[in-house]
Amino acid sequence: MAAAGPAQRGAEAVAVSPQALMSVRGLGIRFKTSQGVWQATRKIDFDIAPGERVGIVGESGCGKTITGLSILRLLPNNLSGLDGSILFDGIDLATCSGRAMRAIRGRRIAMIFQEPMSALDPVFTVGHQIAETLRVHTGVSKEEARARTLEMLRRVGIASPERRIDDYPHQLSGGMRQRVMIAASLICGPQLLIADEPTTALDVTVQAQILELLRDLSETSGTALMLITHDLGVVAETCTRMITMYAGEVIEDASVDAALVRPLHPYTSGLLRSLPHLSPRHGKLPSIPGRVPSIADMPNGCRFKARCPHAVKGCEAEQELRDAGGGRKVRCWRFAELDLPGALQHAATAPIAAMVARP
Amino acid sequence: MSAPAADIANDAIVSVRDLQVQFQTSDRRATVKAVDGVNFDVRRGETFGIIGESGSGKTTIGRALVFLLKPSAGAILHNGVDPQAMPRKQFQSHRRDYQIIFQDPNAALNPRMTILSSVLEPLELAHAGTGAERLTRAREALDRVGLPQDVGARYPHQLSGGQKQRVVIARALTLRPKLIVCDEVVAALDMSIRGDVLNLFAELQRDLGLTYVFITHDLAVVSHISERIAVMYLGRFVELGPTEQVSEKPLHPYTQALLSAEPRPLPSTMRGAARIMLQGEIPSPIDPPSGCRFRTRCQYAQDLCAEKTPDWRELMPDHWVACHFADRPNFSPN
Repeated sequence: MAAAGPAQRGAEAVAVSPQALMSVRGLGIRFKTSQGVWQATRKIDFDIAPGERVGIVGESGCGKTITGLSILRLLPNNLSGLDGSILFDGIDLATCSGRAMRAIRGRRIAMIFQEPMSALDPVFTVGHQIAETLRVHTGVSKEEARARTLEMLRRVGIASPERRIDDYPHQLSGGMRQRVMIAASLICGPQLLIADEPTTALDVTVQAQILELLRDLSETSGTALMLITHDLGVVAETCTRMITMYAGEVIEDASVDAALVRPLHPYTSGLLRSLPHLSPRHGKLPSIPGRVPSIADMPNGCRFKARCPHAVKGCEAEQELRDAGGGRKVRCWRFAELDLPGALQHAATAPIAAMVARP
Repeated sequence: MSAPAADIANDAIVSVRDLQVQFQTSDRRATVKAVDGVNFDVRRGETFGIIGESGSGKTTIGRALVFLLKPSAGAILHNGVDPQAMPRKQFQSHRRDYQIIFQDPNAALNPRMTILSSVLEPLELAHAGTGAERLTRAREALDRVGLPQDVGARYPHQLSGGQKQRVVIARALTLRPKLIVCDEVVAALDMSIRGDVLNLFAELQRDLGLTYVFITHDLAVVSHISERIAVMYLGRFVELGPTEQVSEKPLHPYTQALLSAEPRPLPSTMRGAARIMLQGEIPSPIDPPSGCRFRTRCQYAQDLCAEKTPDWRELMPDHWVACHFADRPNFSPN
């Protein structure tokens, strides 16, 4: 695969691929603070194909949320600069007019967040809020909007929607509120849904319901999903591709299975190893020493090198997101010589065997 | 259960008998039965895990164990003795042996106090030793949790989340407790840090002979650190047993569903087994279902489940369950 001839170049090319729904290139965000300008993210490159489900994973402060927000230009007031381009169906979302953005936001790209209660207005019924989205974007009649709202509530699995459509948000449980948010986000039939930690506030049994719903809706309606989460398990259950971020950069981009079985970046491998699921019970958990560098004081070269067990001379050089073959990319110049453990290396241990054989 | 005092094993550091904790709703019209008839022992030196979803009552149990909440009925015995029967002074010094740590270290640390004064505070309140001895003990505690000495002069906002949680652990250790209730202590930490803090808990237990009650919603965490796990649903235990048995051969349908709902970080080829998808969400503890409380979401529910509360029975050695049908051979989907 690595020695791709000209005929194969389309599959592995790093350039903007013609079949992508969205192509992010060189995206970076800077903020003004009292201590100067801070670079929150930089050099973010990735594509999302139509209908594809992509997970963006990383720990707090890695820039995953701000990347999601920047696609819809929902950025805080102290923004000092947005670099790069976000090509969505031929339109550059980074530079297009506010008017063009409003025609896309909510209609062609929708977003849901962790806390549905803070996204829903407590003084309007849920039906009103869903129908409003549809009416603003398409100008259908009130009756038509209500009928389609009912249909959408049914599709997201709300029992007796005729009754629930006139409920206020406080009358619903946490899981139902998130279903309502999903209904509101999908009512205009968007091509892309950005979901930022959509199940983090929910219980695990309800989380399983919502993840299944997102997967099903994406499959049946062809909506691409960009799922932002800290939870590798959630990505594995929902997505087909996984983009790992660290300290404001994309450090690995691969299919979920490839990243879990054989991660190419030492950080991805370290994260997988630190999961208690994958370690022998009662044994010592491997952890990543040290902490994420401060946004105000980013090291040169590889941003992970101070915590990396494989750091050598050469890691202080600027790291590019390299093509690793097979549609994978990694920001580590040593990837080819490192043989890093993934989830499968632990397969012989009891907890994972139990996890595989679960009821 | 027979007479409370008679059946208390002598290795029990905490014995809970028919515990009930109830709250009035704010309009005083209804009673929330947060904990409704729970029985268990915590054995000296073990880690006892309690797992449950929000509203199951697990945090209420934790608070009641250290008497931050008064039981509405039933008994909580520390080493076979009811601390509530102690004279006030004795009760105050007694509860130093039973500490609790919460999820959010930011809420536990005063932002205006240096780390060292925060760690010193419990020693000062307890009038433990001289000023110099207290200082030594506080510094030892910081050292014990792996923090450098210069952290003592800093303020909470200058520390990372993992470091702050270490400070909170150090502070709980200063009074040399016998038991620590850990309520979601790693939930707020990033995954790469979580392992470090869990390792620290294990190390402290080994070195200091501590007993933990580990309360969490996170299955992977609880099954990693605990010797025994109790599964809680709507104010009651539904299952209790050794970690390996509960997580690999669960007896209760709720435990089975909980295990199956946990998102697994495994490649698709290893994730073959179909999910048990529970319908709906946990009912209100104000008006819980009759009989078995899980029956409204249980795929095996029968008429009997609504009529009769299942007994809490020891189906296998040390493995307890509250389900009418847990011993039917074709009941488990395994």
